[in-house]
Amino acid sequence: MTIRGQAFIAGAYEHPRREIPDRSVAQIHGEVALGALADAGLGLADVDAYFCDSAAGFGPISMVEYLGLQPRYVDSTETGGSSYLVHVGHAAAAIATGRCQVALVTMAGLARSLPHPAARTSGSPEATFEAMWGMSVVAGYALAAQRHMFEFGTTSAQLAEVKVAASLHAQHNPHAVLRHPVTVDEVLASPLISSPLHRLDCCVVTDGGGAVVIVSPEVARDLDRTCVKVLGQAEAVKHTNNGRIDLTYTGAAATGPRAFAEAGVGPKDVDYVSIYDSFTITVVETLEDLGFCEKGAGGRFVLDGTLVAPHGKLPFNTDGGGLCNNHPSNRGGMTKVIEAVRQLRGEAHLAVQVPDCQVALAHGTGGSIATRMGSATLILGTEDT
Amino acid sequence: MTPPLPAPAPARTPETDEFWAATSTGRLLLARCAQCTAVIWYPRALCPDCGSTSVTWIEASGLGTVYSFTVVHRGTGPYRDAAPYVVAYVELAEGPRVLTNLIGCAPDQVQIGQRVRVVFCDTGEGSSLYRFEPAEDPSQ
Repeated sequence: MTIRGQAFIAGAYEHPRREIPDRSVAQIHGEVALGALADAGLGLADVDAYFCDSAAGFGPISMVEYLGLQPRYVDSTETGGSSYLVHVGHAAAAIATGRCQVALVTMAGLARSLPHPAARTSGSPEATFEAMWGMSVVAGYALAAQRHMFEFGTTSAQLAEVKVAASLHAQHNPHAVLRHPVTVDEVLASPLISSPLHRLDCCVVTDGGGAVVIVSPEVARDLDRTCVKVLGQAEAVKHTNNGRIDLTYTGAAATGPRAFAEAGVGPKDVDYVSIYDSFTITVVETLEDLGFCEKGAGGRFVLDGTLVAPHGKLPFNTDGGGLCNNHPSNRGGMTKVIEAVRQLRGEAHLAVQVPDCQVALAHGTGGSIATRMGSATLILGTEDT
Repeated sequence: MTPPLPAPAPARTPETDEFWAATSTGRLLLARCAQCTAVIWYPRALCPDCGSTSVTWIEASGLGTVYSFTVVHRGTGPYRDAAPYVVAYVELAEGPRVLTNLIGCAPDQVQIGQRVRVVFCDTGEGSSLYRFEPAEDPSQ
C-alpha cells in the first residue's frame, strides 16, 4: 500500500511575522491554523485530524482544546525540525486508510522573543555524556563540516554558495529577515562562530509558524483551490550507531531512496527542492544523500548557480530558506513544505517561480547532524502528476 | 596561558554512576557486551548491537585519534566566557567515537587524525570530565 495520490495539500500558510513578542505560542498556532484553512476554503469545523509537535503545550491535548477541534485522529510525532514532514506523511497514510479526511498540521514558536526554553534534552540518556563539552548547535554542524572538508576537499567558499543562492531568493520576499544579497566573500568575512562555520553559514533565529491542510481526494475535488498531490514520503532517525557516528551523511540517505520509490520518480524528475538549511553544510550533505550528486561532490555541485531560481539546474529554497527568510522556533520543516506548495501552485514570487514546476521535494532535519537526527523527505506533485 | 575550561558536573543516573565514579580515580571505563563483545558507547545497560542486558565494564587505554573538531568562538552556558575552545570527536583505540574537548594545545594546531590521550578534569562533585590532549609533545 502506498500514499501516492491518496492525499492532497489543500491549504498552506506561513505566518508573515518573524518577531512576535506580543503573542503566545498557542495564539500563533491559532493564526496559522485559520490561515491554512482559509487558504483551502475550509474551516475549523471541517477538521477531523490534528497534528503538532511536542513543543505545543502538552502536544495535541492542549492544542485540540485551544482550537476547539473534535478530531478522531491525532499525532504528535516529535522529530525536531523534520516533524512536520513526518506529520504530512502520517496524515496521508491516515487519510488513505479512511481514518480521516481533513488533517490540520500546525507549528509555532517564539525562538527569537523567548530564546531560552528548558533544554529539550536534559532528561535524555545521552545528555550525561554530551552536555558538558560546551557544544552549541552550531558546533555540531561545524564538526560535520570539518569532517566533510577533510574527506572530500569541500571548501568554505563552496558552502558559502548555498547562502548566496538563498540570499538572491530572499531579496524578493518582503517578509524575509535578511533581504540583501550577499557574496561568497561576504560570507567568508563574517565572524567564525564555530570553525569552519561563519555567522552567514547559519540560519536566522525567528518567531513564527506555519500550517498545512491535507485532505482526501474526495474533499480535494470539491474545493476551488489548486491542490498539491502527495506522491511519497519517508522518515528515519539517524543516530550515533553505538559509537560509529559518521558525520559525512545525514538521515536523507535513508529517506531519499524510499520517498523516491514511493513517488515513482527520481532526482532527475524534480523541478524544485526545499532543503532544510539550518546551516550551509546541512544543504550540501542532504543534496548528496538525496542523490542529486555523488557523495562528497556536494561542494562542487552547488557552484555556478546550481541552486539559483528560476534557471539554475536545481532551484532551492526560493523563499530565502532558513538561511535568510524564516526558521520559526528553530524548526525549518514547515516552511520547507509551504514553499514547495507555492512552487507547485505557481504562486512563488515571479522572480523565483520555477517554470512548469511539476514535481517538488521537501526535506526536513531535526536534532543534530553531529549526534542523532530526525529526517523526513516529502515528494509532491501537481494535480496531474 | 589560557585559563582552564569549565568542568560542569555530569548528571548521574543508576545506569552511569559507576562510570563517573571511576573518572574520579583517573579511569575511563567502557561498557562491553558480555554476549556479543561489542564495546558500547555511550555507556548503557543494554547492548544496542545485540539487545543483551549482560553488560560489563572494561578500562579504556585512554588513547585515540581526532575524528573531527571545531573551534568554538561563541561559548554557551558555563562556557560563555571560555572561547575559543575545542569540541571534538575522538575515536578511541577501542573503537567508539566520543564527544569531548581537546586541551593542552593551541586551538589552531588541532588536526583530524592527530593522536591524543585522555586527561581528567575534576568537576568538584565526585567526578571528572574525560578530555584529551596531544599524545606527543611537539617540542620533543
